[in-house]
Amino acid sequence: MAGVAGPATGSGAAGGDGDDSLYPIAVLIDELRNEDVQLRLNSIKKLSTIALALGVERTRTELLPFLTDTIYDEDEVLLALAEQLGNFTGLVGGPDFAHCLLPPLESLATVEETVVRDKAVESLRQISQEHTPVALEAHFVPLVKRLASGDWFTSRTSACGLFSVCYPRASIAVKGEIRQYFRSLCSDDTPMVRRAAASKLGEFAKVLELDSVKSEIVPLFTNLASDEQDSVRLLAVEACVSIAQLLSQDDIEALVMPTLRQAAEDKSWRVRYMVADKFSELQKAVGPKITLNDLIPAFQNLLKDCEAEVRAAAAHKVKELCENLPMEGRETMIMNQILPYIKELVSDTNQHVKSALASVIMGLSTILGKENTIEHLLPLFLAQLKDECPEVRLNIISNLDCVNEVIGIRQLSQSLLPAIVELAEDAKWRVRLAIIEYMPLLAGQLGVEFFDEKLNSLCMAWLVDHVYAIREAATNNLMKLVQKFGTEWAQNTIVPKVLVMANDPNYLHRMTTLFCINALSEACGQEITTKQMLPIVLKMAGDQVANVRFNVAKSLQKIGPILDTDALQEEVKPVLQKLGQDEDMDVKYFAQEAISAVAQRLRKLDFPVKDSEEPSAPGADKNHFLRPRGPGEDTGKEGAAVRDSQAPR
Amino acid sequence: MIPGLGALTQDTLWCFSQLKGTVEIGATEADIISTVEFNHTGELLATGDKGGRVVIFQREQESKNQVHRRGEYNVYSTFQSHEPEFDYLKSLEIEEKINKIRWLPQQNAAYFLLSTNDKTVKLWKVSERDKRPEGYNLKDEEGRLRDPATITTLRVPVLRPMDLMVEATPRRVFANAHTYHINSISVNSDYETYMSADDLRINLWNFEITNQSFNIVDIKPANMEELTEVITAAEFHPHHCNTFVYSSSKGTIRLCDMRASALCDRHTKFFEEPEDPSNRSFFSEIISSISDVKFSHSGRCIMTRDYLTVKVWDLNMENRPVETYQVHDYLRSKLCSLYENDCIFDKFECVWNGSDSVIMTGSYNNFFRMFDRNTKRDVTLEASRENSKPRAILKPRKVCVGGKRRKDEISVDSLDFSKKILHTAWHPSENIIAVAATNNLYIFQDKVN
Repeated sequence: MAGVAGPATGSGAAGGDGDDSLYPIAVLIDELRNEDVQLRLNSIKKLSTIALALGVERTRTELLPFLTDTIYDEDEVLLALAEQLGNFTGLVGGPDFAHCLLPPLESLATVEETVVRDKAVESLRQISQEHTPVALEAHFVPLVKRLASGDWFTSRTSACGLFSVCYPRASIAVKGEIRQYFRSLCSDDTPMVRRAAASKLGEFAKVLELDSVKSEIVPLFTNLASDEQDSVRLLAVEACVSIAQLLSQDDIEALVMPTLRQAAEDKSWRVRYMVADKFSELQKAVGPKITLNDLIPAFQNLLKDCEAEVRAAAAHKVKELCENLPMEGRETMIMNQILPYIKELVSDTNQHVKSALASVIMGLSTILGKENTIEHLLPLFLAQLKDECPEVRLNIISNLDCVNEVIGIRQLSQSLLPAIVELAEDAKWRVRLAIIEYMPLLAGQLGVEFFDEKLNSLCMAWLVDHVYAIREAATNNLMKLVQKFGTEWAQNTIVPKVLVMANDPNYLHRMTTLFCINALSEACGQEITTKQMLPIVLKMAGDQVANVRFNVAKSLQKIGPILDTDALQEEVKPVLQKLGQDEDMDVKYFAQEAISAVAQRLRKLDFPVKDSEEPSAPGADKNHFLRPRGPGEDTGKEGAAVRDSQAPR
Repeated sequence: MIPGLGALTQDTLWCFSQLKGTVEIGATEADIISTVEFNHTGELLATGDKGGRVVIFQREQESKNQVHRRGEYNVYSTFQSHEPEFDYLKSLEIEEKINKIRWLPQQNAAYFLLSTNDKTVKLWKVSERDKRPEGYNLKDEEGRLRDPATITTLRVPVLRPMDLMVEATPRRVFANAHTYHINSISVNSDYETYMSADDLRINLWNFEITNQSFNIVDIKPANMEELTEVITAAEFHPHHCNTFVYSSSKGTIRLCDMRASALCDRHTKFFEEPEDPSNRSFFSEIISSISDVKFSHSGRCIMTRDYLTVKVWDLNMENRPVETYQVHDYLRSKLCSLYENDCIFDKFECVWNGSDSVIMTGSYNNFFRMFDRNTKRDVTLEASRENSKPRAILKPRKVCVGGKRRKDEISVDSLDFSKKILHTAWHPSENIIAVAATNNLYIFQDKVN
């Protein structure tokens, strides 16, 4: 908007005579060609404003021809243009003139950038609905034919997405032609076009008469599924799902299954991967009977595929597959036909496979029930908890809640603990971070006693981790634990330990105390905060490191709302005022911030504040602190504050 | 008929067509041509140089009144593809030199090519523009600002024809995936992926995705001291999207099938010729290193170039090449001095003609060689300025080894090793060749009557 508002205000006086409303529009039109791509983009996004000002006639005769030829522009401008044109029917005079929008969209549908082409196709699909049946055959269908027989494959790929929108509304004769065009694109010379056709096969099948599906789509599908290019064959797997949904059980068996069986055993791992990846959809589409006869054996093969990527994709689907099996006989089937293969995967050589399995295996316990879980699944969980790869262990731990509902977590605690301890001390900080995030969940499931005994020390150790992100997560973790176990527990176990760190020789640890207090004060309530935490915070105001001192100011501001007025007035305020005179600029700044926050709080509590003490009154002094610091400006006190790049200031 | 040309020239007499590049002596290092490549129709010819520039030549439409001048190539577009860079983390200079150019199959009115230096592959779009918008609301024709008060009607810009303008725009930059120097790029027949190979790894890219690539070959040993071989070149099969080959410094070629597994560390086929013990010397390993590998257009053979020979392998026979051609066997006795002046490490490339019946590759002294696979005749030609008269027929050259030097022959000792022809290209369907000789590009055509 800056480009429009700028000149407009500058000419406010002069523009008095002219048409006021024209000037901003004139700017918008000129900026369609500005050198700055942002301004062009801005203008394109306001294309409807321009069109409205021009009126439907001039939009059709001048604006659209101009836009048709602007396909030289940057992708993002073209993308915005393609999107705008989809909603332009009203601006060119309604459905009777919707076909005027076809030329610019047609040229956008031939650019090389896929996102732009796809958007143009999307808009064309939208506009096709606004055509009358006559206009559709007079304008839209010819456009589709032009694209479908274009010289370059970009236009032919775009055509693939348009058949399904014009087919249902076309006359019988035209329908025949459309099918013919689609058929020829399915056997196009370039793999790009065959891929586009394969990916639209399902969508097109849905709008066809059932007879045509059987007589025309199925042969196309069979051909594409045996294309020489892997990248085409794998798309046929997706089409399988949509086509199977349209056919009866017998037809699926006769027309689809041979191809699907072939895909599941394809020579290329990428095609088999696609079968594994789409397994749940396939399972639903072909129905329970074929699933039992065909898909389960295929799935078993995928679980022991020679390519790890395929096994991992199949492993991901284990739970969904089991869930979707018919209730009757489900348990036996899983126990006999799936579980043996899962057992193998637990000791797979590839860690991605194991970790994919670990992310879903716990879900089986609800399906199989308590006894089976204890007898068959538990050993697998335990094995995975001891896996050498941290991701596997983590995935098991992150899904503990599923098991908890069935057998209770205690069953696992013997193996769980070493696993947790090991992850807690992992050399990679991201692993440590992940396990911290599960602590509140684990604590809730294991109970306070177990936690105090085994895990509490870990939680405290994280507070002095050398990575800031871990210390930060550890503080948040403490807050969640207090919410779970209550203030009394906090007072006895956590708070004393946190407060001791205030005397740590390392200033980073002293700051951690402050961060913990920030996080814990609300959960702990007024009494603990005032009696135990506040004195420590106040004492730290005299710290020699400026970072600690200004964090004291921040903490005081943070815990202010929890304290009562006496404490604020008698204890907090004097300390803040002292910090307000600090030699370090940052400390002064945060102290002033805190002072005004505290003053506001006091005023709210209707505590008399003397005018002379009112620090929030706007004054030259305050502005000085609010002035943003330039990059080259020095605080003038080098070395007064220790800058820790990882710590927030 | 010129004696000595034999069957190769019964249908092909090569004559000079064009010379590109500066003719003055003292061309700078940056002008040295580092790669030459025709596009799929042969209408365009691209060169890359050490200065990071790409020059594209376009074949002129043949005109009726100039029958003898068949479609000359003229400059179509020139652009700076790569700039010199510095890797501050590794304290390494990254040269701007274009190592390879590969054209993409044409997808719309614009042309696309990949160019690469040691580290970064770029996708360029070369497109034409012949219209330009005219008419502003706030400016008049001379560009003076109008008084806003006078604007009473809106003007929509109108497109007017203008002189043809060719623009090259970078569409994608595929960076940060190679630790070592990229030696090859190759576009897959599926039109959506390509690979880039460096000394130890091969990566597979999707044209649409720049922030990730898949590593498909990694021969880096856990301990770099155990390193015994490096990847020297790699190429996709022209029709089978799942098949590619890569060559190594040990003179072997591996063929991999991407269908078998995601990581192609295990090859499907391994082409290697057993070493002849009688020829064994200190230089055996160096001269057996493969400098280029090319699939034939039919996809049934692969051709490899090592220091002294070109070999053609049948995809179905792994234990020895079906054909071996000596490029400059007379250098075998001079390997010692070629080692001392580093020439022994020169990486010569090789190309097929459009019908896979003739092979071309370069040599020293601005000589290049052609081998007719059917007649088994070969010829040595020279790219030199003396021959650069329009339509001058190239005389075959002969190098004599010891003994008496006949007229028209040149002695091995007088060969100029600083003039080497490393990069050549053959038009995909016609007898037009492009030969890069240092900073000059020669274009030769077969003689028509």
